[in-house]
This record gives sequence, structure tokens and C-alpha cells, in this order.
Amino acid sequence: MADHGPDKGIKRWLYTTNHKDIGTMYLIFSLVMFFIGGSMALVIRTELMQPGLQFVHPEFFNQMTTMHALIMVFGAVMPAFVGLANWMIPMMIGAPDMALPRMNNWSFWILPVAFGILLSTLFMPGGAPASGWTMYPPLVLQTGDAFPFLIFSVHLMGISSIMGAINIIVTILNMRAPDMWLLKMPMFVWTWLITAYLLIAVMPVLAGAVTMLLTDQFFGTSFFLAAGGGDPVMFQHIFWFFGHPEVYIMILPAFGVVSEIIPTFSRKPLFGHDSMVYAASCIAFLSFIVWAHHMFTVGMPLSGQLFFMFATMLIAVPTGVKIFNWIGTMWRGSLTFETPMLFALAFVFLFTIGGFSGVMLAMVPADIQYHDSYFVVAHFHYVLVPGSIFSLFAAAYYWLPKWTGHMYNETAGKLHFWLSTFFVNLTFFPMHFLGLAGMPRRIPDYSTQFADFNWMASVGAIGFGLSQLIFVYVLLTCKKGAKATDRVWEAPKGLEWTVPSPAPYHTFDTPPVKRVAQEAFE
Amino acid sequence: MMRKLLCSVPGLVWAGAASADYAVNMPKGVTELSAETYEIHMLAFWWCVAIGVVVFGAMLYSLVKHRKSKGVQPADFSHSTMAEVVWTALPCFILLFMAVPAAETMIKLEDSRDPDMSVVVTGYQWRWHYDYQDSDIAFYSSLAESSLKARRLESGIDPYSVENYLLEVDNPLVVPVGAKVRVLLTSNDVLHAWWVPDLAIKKDAIPGIINETWFKADVAGTYRGQCAELCGKDHGYMPVVVEVLEADAYAEWIAGQTADTTGSNE
Ligand code: HEM
Ligand SMILES: [Cu+2]
Ligand SMILES: [Cu+2]
Repeated sequence: MADHGPDKGIKRWLYTTNHKDIGTMYLIFSLVMFFIGGSMALVIRTELMQPGLQFVHPEFFNQMTTMHALIMVFGAVMPAFVGLANWMIPMMIGAPDMALPRMNNWSFWILPVAFGILLSTLFMPGGAPASGWTMYPPLVLQTGDAFPFLIFSVHLMGISSIMGAINIIVTILNMRAPDMWLLKMPMFVWTWLITAYLLIAVMPVLAGAVTMLLTDQFFGTSFFLAAGGGDPVMFQHIFWFFGHPEVYIMILPAFGVVSEIIPTFSRKPLFGHDSMVYAASCIAFLSFIVWAHHMFTVGMPLSGQLFFMFATMLIAVPTGVKIFNWIGTMWRGSLTFETPMLFALAFVFLFTIGGFSGVMLAMVPADIQYHDSYFVVAHFHYVLVPGSIFSLFAAAYYWLPKWTGHMYNETAGKLHFWLSTFFVNLTFFPMHFLGLAGMPRRIPDYSTQFADFNWMASVGAIGFGLSQLIFVYVLLTCKKGAKATDRVWEAPKGLEWTVPSPAPYHTFDTPPVKRVAQEAFE
Repeated sequence: MMRKLLCSVPGLVWAGAASADYAVNMPKGVTELSAETYEIHMLAFWWCVAIGVVVFGAMLYSLVKHRKSKGVQPADFSHSTMAEVVWTALPCFILLFMAVPAAETMIKLEDSRDPDMSVVVTGYQWRWHYDYQDSDIAFYSSLAESSLKARRLESGIDPYSVENYLLEVDNPLVVPVGAKVRVLLTSNDVLHAWWVPDLAIKKDAIPGIINETWFKADVAGTYRGQCAELCGKDHGYMPVVVEVLEADAYAEWIAGQTADTTGSNE
């Protein structure tokens, strides 16, 4: 086995069962999706730069908002974390590969098909789906020819995610190095284990919801059609029963990444490792009982509203614990500020701002004002862009030397960081004001009183988009960088730093001996 | 002294912003509940600021003081039960402080008993229909002609030249000041949401369901809002305008309305 290298050419990538190859494909795929989804965001922001319609028709505008969100959520953020899981989990737990390598290949290759279908709807009669990523009926049923393709592609994404999640759980539970008992696992592995359970629990729910849409449209059922005795609000309950855990699916692995990086550059062990695990589990549990906080305006009984308000506010407690623990990790450490650390620190700062607006959103009377306004747009972009996406950049810079064997260009990395951080705030901070002043979300044009902040947000978005080209430059020039050592950084912990850089095609053919494992952790 | 303060740069920016009517915060509105909603929003906001000062303060302190470049040797502690208990328990109490007033307002918001009048609001793609339950006044309310022309792609009309661009309708909802108005919402096609920030109400209009909310405006005036639930291509073009009139002006309006309809019936 050990002397058996990768196939040559395209076959290597089509048939591969190697976790590193598959991880790389996931990561590249998600980067491509990030740019496609990002271009759509720029169409949106260009149109919104000034009041009046300048560039696109409202129909197309709605297609852009819908496709942007679907692509970013299912095409960029989720596959990127699965890519990291593929690359890192086996190396972090001392396993030779993922437990189910053929299924691993399958779960990746479904994705390009799913997104090929989704993107092809742009060229269909009636255009791409335009009813928002939430796909609320009855509006979604007004989608043109794209409708069944939307449903089918969502099914494919779900299948891919479920297979990925099964693989991750089986790998973590069965293939750990000797003596790596559960509470000794690195945080990234822990958060992914929890995320994988969330995925298995909720992706089938989404599949059920969209299947009911399909039968309502084509097979005469009336799950969500009032005229046939159905209930349009039921879709929202089912969707958000998936949707709220979904937002944690997009942030828990990010917590894991940051919990790896901050200790390394603080030269200090992670503060409160076990309480981090409990906090993440708590968040995962609570995420199942807060879904209706997305629906405070649909008309729920008072008792229901009160329950969902209290439960939602509770999530802030374990989330706070995480943030305090990261600061506890930095406290009296010996800090340095390489690019991965910079992104991780910005994550802690800016994710916290998103958490603050989350707590405000949980207060029902205020949420009645905030709901479906730009305030919500500001909230979820703060948790998703400087949250999930920044953690992905942090992870990429952190492990790139391990993946490629070369140090990336630190100056370019820092430039990427500073520009991204400046522009992300310029883009999303003014959106709080817009929402409070009364601007609804998902509109292609607005009253002139909203003009200035929209202009700022659009300038920010264009700047942010362009700054991402620096990241591509860093990736393309990485091969020219200095050779990386095995440990890469001064004081990283974990088994992945005990193997050479670049990591050989096969690692841990035999489980690491106890001594290695202990050295890596203590 | 005062003048000096006013002339300072931030003072100027602030004054400029105020005169240009840049809203950066939630409006206090014109109902008892909109004022309470504003208070809850500010309460949550100031708690977030306070927590932010502590959290970001600690973080910044660490970023400045605990740098390797200052020759700091890393400590090696990795937990502190005391700290962990405190920062789990304390937020629970803070949340309680926020939850109680929020719950109180929620209870009032739900109490739509004993209204002075009721209006059925029906959402259509893409306009509103108002039906006064206590008289036979009923009419559609659509985006005003002036905005309708200017909103087209390449219309050549500067939105700034249109008064209340996208926030003007042909027939506003007219209600008397100080009356408790019960709003019953439903929809004829897809979901819509009826939102007027100054009245602090937003409620979904859902086909097959009748939703209920209410407001009691204490100040006469014209209050503008928009549909807040994506309802298709012209979702951005179905504003809500509520005109709150003094009692006599309202009586006049009612008289005019009924005269109109009888006129057209003959
Ligand atoms: C302190 C923790 C959080 C709280 C209390 C919270 C609360 C809320 C509430 C109440 C809403 C609904 C607002 C509305 O539509 O009226 C919301 C929306 C949203 N949140 Fe959070 N949130 C938190 C963290 C997060 C995280 C970590 C993420 C993802 C990484 C996230 C992503 C979203 C998204 C995507 C939406 C909008 C979905 C849509 O309508 O399309 N939130 N949040
Ligand atoms: Cu949620
Ligand atoms: Cu609408």
C-alpha cells in the first residue's frame, strides 16, 4: 500500500478514494462556488448601489438573491468544511484514511452534478428559482421550468451531505489512534462530530419538505396549499426545523478551526477544552428547539412565542462560553499575529457582533421590527462572512504549508486579511442602520432615504470581492514559497504536525505509537 | 462653550446627518407599543454594548500586553472553574433582565380585544386591499403613479425628483387618531407582510389564514412602510401608507368616501 502513489491525470481525481485528494477537490470546488456566488452578490450590490433600477429587472434580481444564498450555503461553506474534515480529521486522529473511502468519492462527485443542475436553471424558461433560499410556498410554486430541477438539486446536495456526515462519524468513532479517548480529541474533530450528527438529523427533514413541494406542484397534494386544506405556514416550520440547525452546521466547524488556531499562536493550551465540548453539544441540542424564532410574524400563540424567545436567548449562554474560552486561551499567552491568527482573531471579534445582533433578534417585540429587514441581513452576514468564511481562510492559511509543503506569501496573506476585514465591515455594518430605518430585505430598489448606506455597502462589497483575488494569488504562488518544516509553526499541537510537510499521500498506515500521540497533545 | 461643541467636527457630521434625515435607529413611533418596542430594542442594545466593552476590552488588553514581541513567557493554565461558573451564570441573569420586559410587551401586543374599528387587509401580487369592517368602504392601494413611472429600468427619471419614491400609494389606509384599530390580515395569492415601522407592527398575510394585530396611533400624520415578505417580482413595489387623521378630518374623509361610492353606483 505505502508505495502505491496516485494515478496519473484525470483518472486520479475521478476514481480517487484518498481522503487528501477528495479533501482538495472539496476545497477547490467550494472556492469556485464562492466566486460564482460572490459574483451574484456583486450583481445584487451593483443594482443596489443607487436608488432606481439601473442594471437588472426585478425578476432577475430575485433570481440572484436566491441563487446567491443557495450557492453560498450549500456550495461554498458546507463543502469547504467537509473538505477540511476530509483532509484533517484522519490526520488529527491518526487514521490512514476515511472509514468509507468509496462513499467519500461518491459524496464529492454528486456535488458538481447538483450545482451543474442548479446553475443550468439560469438558462431555463422562467429563469432560475426566485423565491429566496427559504423556498416558501406558495411563491416557490410560481417558479418556471426550474422548479423540479431546484428540488432535485437540493435532494442531491442533501444526499451528499448525509453521506459525508456518516463517513465522518464512522471515521471518528472507529479509527482513532490508541489512547485518543473521546475527550482527548482535538476541538476541530469534536465540533465536526457534533455537526455530522446535526446533518444526519436535519438534511432528511429538508428533503421531506422539498418533496412535499414537489408533490404539491405535480401530483395534486395540498400539504401547503390553503385551497386544498393545507397550511403554507407548516412549510416554514419544517424548513426552519432544518434551517436553524443548518446555521449551526455552518458555524460549529468554524468554532473548531478557531479553537485549533488560537492556542497555537498563543503558545498556550486551549482554555476549558471540556467545557468547549459541552458548550458545542449544548448549542447543538438547543438548535433543535428554537426554529420558530424565524417566524415571529406568522401569527403564533403567545405561549409559543414566549417559549421560542426564551430558548433562543439561552443559546447565547453556551455561545458566550466559547467566546470567553477563546479569550481565556489568549490571556497571558505569548501572542504572535501570523495570517491564520489574524483571521481567527477577527472571527472572535466580528462573530461576537453577530451574536449580539442575534440576542437582539431574539427579543420578540423588537424582532417584529427587525424581521425581514436589512437588520437580519446584517446579522446573518456577520455570523457567516467574518464568521464561517473567515474561519475557512484561517484554516486554509494554517494548514496550507502542511498540504503543499510550502509557506504561503505572508505579506499577501496579511494584505488579504486587512482588506477583507475593512471591506466586510464597510459592507455589512451599515446594513444594521438600513434595517432599523425600515428597509426590507430582498428588494431591488429602495426609497431615496436609504441611498447613502446602500452606497457604502455596495462599495464595501466590490472591495471585498476584489480582495479575494489576493487569496487566489496566494494559492497560485504557494508552490514558490519557502519549504515548510514538519511542524510549520512554533508551537502547534496535534498529530497532523508529526507527519512531514507536504503530508505524504498516505499517512498513519500504522497507528501512531502512544509516545507520538502523547507528545502531540501534552 | 456650547457653540464650540456644536461646531466640532462630530457635531457637524451629526447635525448634517440629522438634517438629511438619515435614520440610523429604530423609530420611536407613534403608539404606546412602538415606544415600548423601542425601549426593548435600546435595552438589548445597551446590554450588548456593555458586554462588548468588557469582552472586547479584555481581548484588546490581551492583544496588547500578552505579545511574544514583548518577551512574554506563556502561562500554562487551561481552566478555571471559578471563571467558568461566573461567565455561564452571569449571562443567564442578564438575559432574564431583557426577557421580562420583552414578555410584558408581547402580552400587550397580543391583546386585540375591544377594538374601535377593524380593517381587513388582503395582500395581492402586488398591491394591498383594505376593507373597513364597520362601514362599506373598501379599496385597493397600489404604488403611486409617480413612482410607478420612475421605477422602470432605464426610465430616465431621477428617483430623487419623485416625492416619497416607492413609499407613496394612490389610496392610503385612513384611520382616526387615538382609535384602537384591529388589523385582520390575509392574502389572495402568496405570502406578504404588512409593515409600518412607526406603528411597530409587522404581520404576515397568508392565504387561507386570518392573522390579527392592532395599533392605536397617538399622533396624527402619514406613516409609511413596505411589504416585508418576498412575494415575487414586484415585492419592492407594494408600499403601505397609513394616514392617521384627527377626528373631524376623519369624519370628513368617511363622508367623502361614502359619497364617492354612492356616486359611482348611480
Ligand atoms: C447568539 C446566537 C444567535 C442568535 C440568538 C440568533 C438569532 C437569530 C434570530 C432570532 C433570527 C431570525 C431573525 C428574523 O428573521 O426575524 C436569526 C436569523 C438568522 N441567523 Fe441567527 N442567531 C444566532 C447565531 C447565528 C449563527 C451562528 C448563524 C450562522 C452561522 C446564524 C445565521 C442566521 C441566518 C442565516 C439567519 C437568517 C435566515 C433567513 O431568514 O434567511 N445565526 N438569527
Ligand atoms: Cu435561527
Ligand atoms: Cu412582498
